[in-house]
This record gives sequence, C-alpha cells and structure tokens, in this order.
Amino acid sequence: MSERLSYREALRQAHREALARDPRVFLMGEDVGRYGGSYAVSLGLLEEFGPERIRDAPLSELGFVGAGVGAALGGLRPIIEIMTVNFSLLALDQIVNTAAALRHMSGGQFHVPLVVRMATGAGRQLAAQHSHSLEGWYAHVPGLRVLAPATVSDARGMLWPALENPDPVVIFEHAQLYNLEEAAPASPVAIDICRAAIRRAGRDVTLIAYGGLMPRTLSAAERLAQEGIEAEVIDLRVLRPLDEATLIESVRRTHRAVIVDEGWRSGSLSAEVSARIMEQAFFDLDAPVQRVCTAEVPIPYAKHLEDAALPQAETIMAAVRSLFGDRPA
Amino acid sequence: MIEFRLPSLGADMDQGTLLEWRVRPGDAVKKGDVLAVVDTTKSALDIECWHAGKVHDLLTRPGQTVLVGTLMARLLEPGEDAAKIPPPPAEPAAPATRPPLAAIPAAGAPASGIPAPPGPPHAHRAVSPVARRRATELGIALDTVTGSGPHGTVTLKDVEQASSRQALPRDRSADMRRTIAAAMSRSKREVPHYYLTEQVPLGAAVAWLRHANEGRPVTERVLMAALYVRAVACAVVRHPTMNGFFLEGAFQPSPSVHIGMAISLRGGGLIAPAIHAVEQKSLTDTMRALSDLVARTRAGRLRREELTDPTITLTNLGDDSVDAAYGIIYAPQVALVGFGKVTERPWVVSGQVVPMASVTVTLAADHRVSDGHSGARFVAAIADRLQHPEEL
Amino acid sequence: MDDRELRNTVLELLVRIAPEVDPATLDTKAALREEVDLDSMDFLNFLVSLHERLHVDIPESAYEQLRSLDDIVGYLRSHLPGA
Repeated sequence: MSERLSYREALRQAHREALARDPRVFLMGEDVGRYGGSYAVSLGLLEEFGPERIRDAPLSELGFVGAGVGAALGGLRPIIEIMTVNFSLLALDQIVNTAAALRHMSGGQFHVPLVVRMATGAGRQLAAQHSHSLEGWYAHVPGLRVLAPATVSDARGMLWPALENPDPVVIFEHAQLYNLEEAAPASPVAIDICRAAIRRAGRDVTLIAYGGLMPRTLSAAERLAQEGIEAEVIDLRVLRPLDEATLIESVRRTHRAVIVDEGWRSGSLSAEVSARIMEQAFFDLDAPVQRVCTAEVPIPYAKHLEDAALPQAETIMAAVRSLFGDRPA
Repeated sequence: MIEFRLPSLGADMDQGTLLEWRVRPGDAVKKGDVLAVVDTTKSALDIECWHAGKVHDLLTRPGQTVLVGTLMARLLEPGEDAAKIPPPPAEPAAPATRPPLAAIPAAGAPASGIPAPPGPPHAHRAVSPVARRRATELGIALDTVTGSGPHGTVTLKDVEQASSRQALPRDRSADMRRTIAAAMSRSKREVPHYYLTEQVPLGAAVAWLRHANEGRPVTERVLMAALYVRAVACAVVRHPTMNGFFLEGAFQPSPSVHIGMAISLRGGGLIAPAIHAVEQKSLTDTMRALSDLVARTRAGRLRREELTDPTITLTNLGDDSVDAAYGIIYAPQVALVGFGKVTERPWVVSGQVVPMASVTVTLAADHRVSDGHSGARFVAAIADRLQHPEEL
Repeated sequence: MDDRELRNTVLELLVRIAPEVDPATLDTKAALREEVDLDSMDFLNFLVSLHERLHVDIPESAYEQLRSLDDIVGYLRSHLPGA
C-alpha cells in the first residue's frame, strides 16, 4: 500500500522513525524545536520527543556543529541541521578538519558517526549569499559521504542508513524539493546510500543529474523523446563516492553524456564526472561530454536574471541537441 | 629495389581498384604487412607485402583501376640507397573496358542518390572515438565516410551506415553476378563432373552437439557446419585426389586443406573464401574461424589469400530446407562437397526401424582427377568421421 | 528497461545482422528466420549480440520457443537479470 507524501513529510517521517528506533539519535539546529524547522521538516517533533532529543541551537554554526562532532565521538547519533549550505561555510572547519579527518588522524581509534543535513540551491530570489549549490565542494573531501536525495522515497529512506554509517554523512536537500509530492510506500523501505539510479531508460544519450535539477532533467528527457531522442536519465543520489559503474555502463551504451549541475562549472562535480567518463569510456564516446551548469555569476536577485542563470529544461535540451549535429532532431 | 605489383586476386579477376594505401613513403615494412586495400567485384582485399624493406614511392593513386601485374609501388631493400633508384616508368593506360568501381565508395554517396562531397584525401577530419573504433572493426576506410555529426564529425551512425551500404552497393552486386556466371559457365563447360550422394546418419553428431552446447555460453556454441568442415578436412587427408588444383593439364595436390565455405551474401551473390589449414585446427578453432569468416565476408572485408587459396569447397544448404545440394565445382579446384538439411528419416538399426537424424551428402568431383570408386571412398570417409564427433 | 526499450534494442541488433530489414514493416508475429532470411550462423550471431547487450544467455533448448520476434522479446523480458 502506498500513500502520497511530500518530500518534507517524508523527511519528518524518517526523523520520527529514527528517533523512535534508537535512543542515541537526536536532532539539533537553529529553529528545529519550537519553530518546527525553517523548512518545517521537524514540525511537531519537539512535542513528540521532548527537548533532550530535539534541541534548538544558538546562531553559531561552528559551535553547534562542533557540539555534534563531540556528541558523536561520545557515542550518540546526532543529526545536525544547518539551515542552508550557505551558512555551513561557517562550520567548514568542524566538518572538514575534524569530522572528516579524525578517523584517519587517530589511526582508526576514533570515528565520527555524524549526520549533517542542509538545504541547498537557488530559485527563490534569495540572491547571491543565500543561493549556493556547494555540494561539489563537500564531494571533494575524503572522509565524507555526500548524499543528494531527489525523490520522496530517497528522502524517506536515506536517513537511517546515514545514521547507521560509522562515519560522517552530509545530506543535501534542495529547497525546491520540499513541496514535491510522490507516491511512497507506507512502511519504511531500506534504501542504499551507495548507488546511482537510472530514473528513465534511454538509448541515445545519458543525462546525469542530482538533487533539485532532477525534475527538470526528466522533463527535458520527456520532451526530447518527442523529437526522437531517447535520453537515459541517471540520478546520482550519492555524490561521494560516485557510482562510476552505473554511469560508465550507461555511457558505453548511449555513447553520449550530458551532465546537469546547479553548481558553477569551474571545478564542479560535473567536471569530475566528465573527467571520469573521459578516462573510462573515451573510446565509446560519439561526441564530447557536455555540461549544463549555472552561469558563472553570483546568483542574481531579479527573477528573470536568476532564471537565466540557472539550468532549465530548455538549456538541457539544447545541450543534448548539439550532440547530434545535422541529423534531423 | 623491390617492385610491388598488383597480385592475382583469384580466378577471373584481372583488375582491381586501389581504395587506400596503408603505408607512406619512408615507412619500414616487414613481410606480411598490409600495404594497400584493393577493391574487386567481390570484396575489398588487404594486399600484403612479402618482403621486408622501406617504401620508396607509391605510383598508383587511390581511386585508380589497374590491371593485375601493374607496378603499384616500389620499396627499397634493406641497405639500398634511395638515390640510385631511377624515376618510375610511364603509367600504363588504364583499362578501358569497365568503369572504375571506386567511384561509388570513394565518394561515399548515400543510397538516396544525393552525392555527398568527398573529403580531401588526407585532410584532418573529426571522427568520434567510438566511430573510429567501429570503422576499424568493420574495415571501413574513414575517408569514404561522410560525417553527419556537429561540424561534420564522423559519428558511429555514419560508420555503420557506410558499412551496410558498402556491404551491398548495387553495382558490386551486378558485377558479382557476372563474375559468378562466367566462372560457373566455364566450370560446367570444362570440368567433367561426376556426382555421388550418400545419406549419412547424424544421430551421434546431433546428440553430441546438443550435449556439448549445453555447457557452453552462446559465444562458444558450435554449429553443425563446423562439424562438417572438420569431417571433410579429416577425410581429405586420406584422399588427396579431392584436394588441390587442376592447372595446365595436370593435377597439383595441396599439402594443406583450405576449405572454401560457400557463403551467400544478403541481397544476392555467393563467395567461397577459405578457412586455412583445417586439418590442424580443433573443432572450437574451426567454429571460431567460420564465424569470423562469415562476419568479414558479409562486411566485404576478406584477405586476398582467402579468395585464392581454397583447395576444396563445401556448400551447406541445411538452412534452406532442401535434401541435397548438387553443386558446380569452383575450378581450378577438383571437388565440391554438398550438405542438405538435417532431417529425421526412418533408419534400420539392429533390425529395427527407428527415426534417425540424417543428412544427404553429395560429392561433385572432377573425373580427370578421380573416379567413382575413390570418390565413394572419400564420401564414406566423411560419413565415418561424422559418426565420431568427439574426435573431430 | 521498459517493453518499448527492449523491443527497440532487439530490433537494433537484428538490423546489424540484416541491414536491409525495415523495422517499421517487419511482421513481428511471423517466423523470424524465414521472414528475415537468417541462417543458423546469422541466428547464432544475433543471439550472441543479445547476450552481450542484455546479458541473457539463450540455451539451445529454448530455440523451439523463439519462432517470431514477439517470442524473442517475450523470452528476453522474462529472463532479463533482475526481472
């Protein structure tokens, strides 16, 4: 039996199940308690689980992420919510220099079973400082596992395996996805946090995307099908470590790849995926790997400029068409 | 100085069209290296060099049609001084009889009839990595392919379309019919054929094959045709009057058994290229060689010696639902073994009538070289081999 | 892989063996080997390419069931890994 659930509700359910299942789990972050979460993910949880398990933090990312690291080292299973990736820059030292590095630096004596959740992405006119997509930066760091659930199922299912993971996991929730509604199974389904997923099978080109751009990419694929181009769409799901096997197997079949990434192209996750495709499937490529990324500007405030800067279904389709040359579309 | 002249490409071939050079002046070549690709009515053939040396000059241009024996290139022997080589002789007149066949493949004209502009012969062209790889696999010369990708890039689809076009261009098909007609007529006229037939029980072979294939993945499966090839090769070893050439009034037996396989081409036409030295091959190797040969024949990519070397030919019409095949010998060979379809027939075994899978084997042989008695013993030897498939 | 995708893949590989076939006019219920003139070598090569692409190894004992293109697609569908 399945029900229709929003991405937000799925996350909430996942939290409730985790909190009920394991007394070591607790949630801490700005406005997660009394306010119910800045994106309403934790609405009602304080009433249900009490202030020891749902903890409001002061406005100090470095401080409360550090406390989360300490709690994890001490044997708890914290979920630290940073309101958005934009503010996580203030906590980078704790995430990169402590959480990610301690296992290696301690020769395995310590490990940090921390889960950090953050909202990410642009599209709501929040302008340059509040619209970043820095998933690529986190995916660059050894010691971190980085997840980007793009479906309601993944939102529901990725939290528990992340908590079970003995090392730090960073989960990115694109702000545009919170209202996404899909049918999801009523009871919890274990979801892996290792593999990419093929969301649409195709034969002419492989479209690779993650997070908030998945709906747009799928829409582009449907529209391209009407032009006779059958696109295979892969949802990365796990940004570090990348599921190369799925990507390469697909490109070997379709011979063309377009990567869609809300980050800026320079030094981005799309650049990494492109390099791996070139390294491992060069002799299977019929055209250069294309990337559709955000324009290289700080994200604009004005709506028409913001829309022009971000990847859209039309720009994705144009990138795909450019791979086919004079062949009638 | 080593002269490289267009070699004879098989019976009834007296000219060929150069498609491309595989070497440039200055290249060092070893014995066996492919120097050029030459087009004939039947196929594009790789022509090898049988000397070691260094390429001095290339005298024939791609697209040019020349007679067998024409001087196409010159090579320096090891240690020879290039300065001592005289200028090339004047070009012989191109044969006036047939229009150059190269016009079609070199221009890369699509089947729709709209000619695509041919690319300049050695200009750099963008070819995608997978297209380049596929062109090598299929034996397509890239400068005959028009690119439809962005900026004229040659893509995988372009190469595959070129391959299916090259496999059966209309003119090649008509020319091939004429060549086959001439060869078959001459053979029928000049070779005194006699025919023998025998029904050979295949119960053991069919059972053995089914069992052997059960354990093998699809890529290693063996077809009955491979058993036929090995059975004929093993039988021939004891019957040398079936294996060789009748030339200039005398029979020249061949020390090795190169079985010509009659392979029909999609869209019409027949070629019988050789699997070499079958007497030394295992059944698995024979099957692989057969599979490879059929693939390359259909792609129009055979080697010269595959067309000139068969010492006896086998025609298997088992998939065509006829009982028996009475063929015409491919002169100057002296025998042709035919196989019909495998079907169940009533058979007497130990006084009981049982259904038995069996095939009709026919022998067409040259009466100048063998007679009915030796022919019959040869057929019996083939039949005997097929009763012991595990030894093939 | 959905049914349309599977069918298209099978047709694509068939056309590689028999380039003159037009998938649009092919009678998918007719006996394939007669319809398209595939001899035993062609058929074997077709099965090899299906194996390479779809990872389904079709044993000889199944050949009887594979008369038409529809039969083949049906067999593959029920034997695809993960099906």
